[in-house]
Amino acid sequence: MTQAQVLARRSKRHFMSKKIMLILLEVFAALLLIGFFFPFFLVLVNAAKPMAEIRLRPLALPDNWLNIYYNFVEILGRRNIDYFRSFFNSFIITSTSLIAIGVFSAMAAWVLVRTKSKLSFWIFMFFLAGMVIPFQVVMLPLTRLLQTLRNVTGIRFKDTFHGVVLAYIGFGAPLSIFLFHGFIKSIPLDIEEAAIIDGCSKPQVFFKVVLPILKPIFVTLLVLNGMWIWNDYLLPVLIIGLGGDMKTLPLSVANLAGNYEKEWGLILTSVMMAALPVLILFFFAQKHIIKGMTSGAIK
Amino acid sequence: MNATHRLSKNKLDVKKILQSVVLFFVSIVMVVTLPIVSVVRLIGRIKHKDFMTFKQYKPENFILKHIIYQWWSEKEVAQNKRVFVYFLFPAMFAFVLFVIVPFLQGIYISFTDWNGLNTGRENFVGIDNYRTIFSDIRFLYALWRTILYAALNIVAINVVAFGLALLVTQSLKLKNIYRAGFFMPNLIGGLVLGYIWQFIFNRAVTTFGPAFSDSFLTGGTSALFALIFVVTWQYAGYIMMIYIAAIQNIPQDLVEASTIDGANALQRLRNITFPLVAQAFTVAMFLTLVTSFKQFDTVVSLTQGGPPEVMPAWFATVFGTGAQTIVNATSLIASDIYDTAFVFNRLGVGQAKAIIFFVFLLVISLLQVYYNKRKEIEL
Repeated sequence: MTQAQVLARRSKRHFMSKKIMLILLEVFAALLLIGFFFPFFLVLVNAAKPMAEIRLRPLALPDNWLNIYYNFVEILGRRNIDYFRSFFNSFIITSTSLIAIGVFSAMAAWVLVRTKSKLSFWIFMFFLAGMVIPFQVVMLPLTRLLQTLRNVTGIRFKDTFHGVVLAYIGFGAPLSIFLFHGFIKSIPLDIEEAAIIDGCSKPQVFFKVVLPILKPIFVTLLVLNGMWIWNDYLLPVLIIGLGGDMKTLPLSVANLAGNYEKEWGLILTSVMMAALPVLILFFFAQKHIIKGMTSGAIK
Repeated sequence: MNATHRLSKNKLDVKKILQSVVLFFVSIVMVVTLPIVSVVRLIGRIKHKDFMTFKQYKPENFILKHIIYQWWSEKEVAQNKRVFVYFLFPAMFAFVLFVIVPFLQGIYISFTDWNGLNTGRENFVGIDNYRTIFSDIRFLYALWRTILYAALNIVAINVVAFGLALLVTQSLKLKNIYRAGFFMPNLIGGLVLGYIWQFIFNRAVTTFGPAFSDSFLTGGTSALFALIFVVTWQYAGYIMMIYIAAIQNIPQDLVEASTIDGANALQRLRNITFPLVAQAFTVAMFLTLVTSFKQFDTVVSLTQGGPPEVMPAWFATVFGTGAQTIVNATSLIASDIYDTAFVFNRLGVGQAKAIIFFVFLLVISLLQVYYNKRKEIEL
């Protein structure tokens, strides 16, 4: 056998072993994925069972899938979850906060970048310092402050739409301003100067020229803040309260689970109904969501 | 009782009046005047080109002149200043009102005996609260459990995430599906996930067989590990994405060159992959560290801080308490703060704990970033 033949055979064997390795890895990954999805599967299966069956056979497939529909209807009727209302609340609070955080932070970041003064530098540092403050440090004085504000001005902030949204703007602003700041620095000044020469006023420059350029980072922030606000529990539980009028989806799930401690069929159905909107959204905007969350983190 | 109550209500409260006067003026100036002025300017400008500009007003008063010159003239400097204030205002307003003011007030509150009922009449107690919490064995135990939890959690999440990242960067057929699938648990909030897993641990796992008849959530140690398991399941997919981005940035010719030189997979991993993803490692460490220490939602729904267990003997001896002290096994700092404040109504003490927590978190995360950056350079 010549040297070349030996080499060829060896490389062929190497190739084969690599292929087998890949197949094994593929199988392993698939099994792992099934393992990862097992909890979701359990939720789906048990949402379709009556109480007694859950206790006896939590792992078995349900006898009658229609039960899932009955549980859905049951959930919609329960007053302490108030599904449509809390879904609507969650949606309205999340979307308003997202847009407000995005636009206001972009505005602030833009003037902070474009004004080269000591004041703007220190204001930026001031916002950055806000990023290291965990919510736990602020939560007790915040509840007190909201009460004080109500006593002094007569405006109610607890359990109201504007109270929650303002709080989210306050807590979301530092990170968003930081990310916008980094992005705006890379936009050449020439574009804005050209717009000013063409007769734009400064605000027009921002809304007509700069804001469209910010779109990629805007999407990143929508995802990052959106995941946070939609799933947040601690801030709403303090500002809205478990049974409040403006209660969001996590709050109503917690409320239901607290009131019907052992009714797992109902709890799991409500969990499913709370998780479903995000999963559906993920299905359609997968690429944006993954990209948004990772690129936001790395910066 | 009633009479004194009414009396104290009718008494002139100077502090409160001052507060309201200041707040009133600030809100008038900031909230009302600025928008009104801009609207008036806008409408006026349509009719007269020079409406409310420097040309029209020629005030004698120096200060007024200065203000008008600085703010309302058409000079670019003045316009820039106006835009600076208007654009900064909304974000700044919310940030100061909801973050900075409570933060500063919180420092003061941590020195008082505020209990939620005596708001405005609380007494200044000096560093009593801090003294209380450092002799409070439950808090110290919560701190210890949090450190233990965070350390194990950081290792678990990063190892799993890195493993997953290595797996899905191989040339697998369905790798995009795997990535999305592993990422998925991260989309659902910690609170909702906690209920799912509470069900699994309490109802599903217990039917596996007689060996599993006791739920993991009923034992102190196993509950902590159950929590770590759940959070790893939730968070690993997210951290995996960060590692994937880093691994994909490794220059392919470097890998090929090392293969030609005869490096096996393990050597490649050690000498090429690890050094080149060091930066992602810093980021991932930071993220997992901060989220582990702040862990709250999942604890609330999974274990409610429980189960109660007898404090380990070594801990009791080190801190000199009775051997039979009952503590909550998964009551981490964040939930301990919440309980102190809202269950035991000791808001002053809770706030002091929160301040300690803040300082602790700040120091730990700064140390971590500093240490990892140094490691990065060494690698």
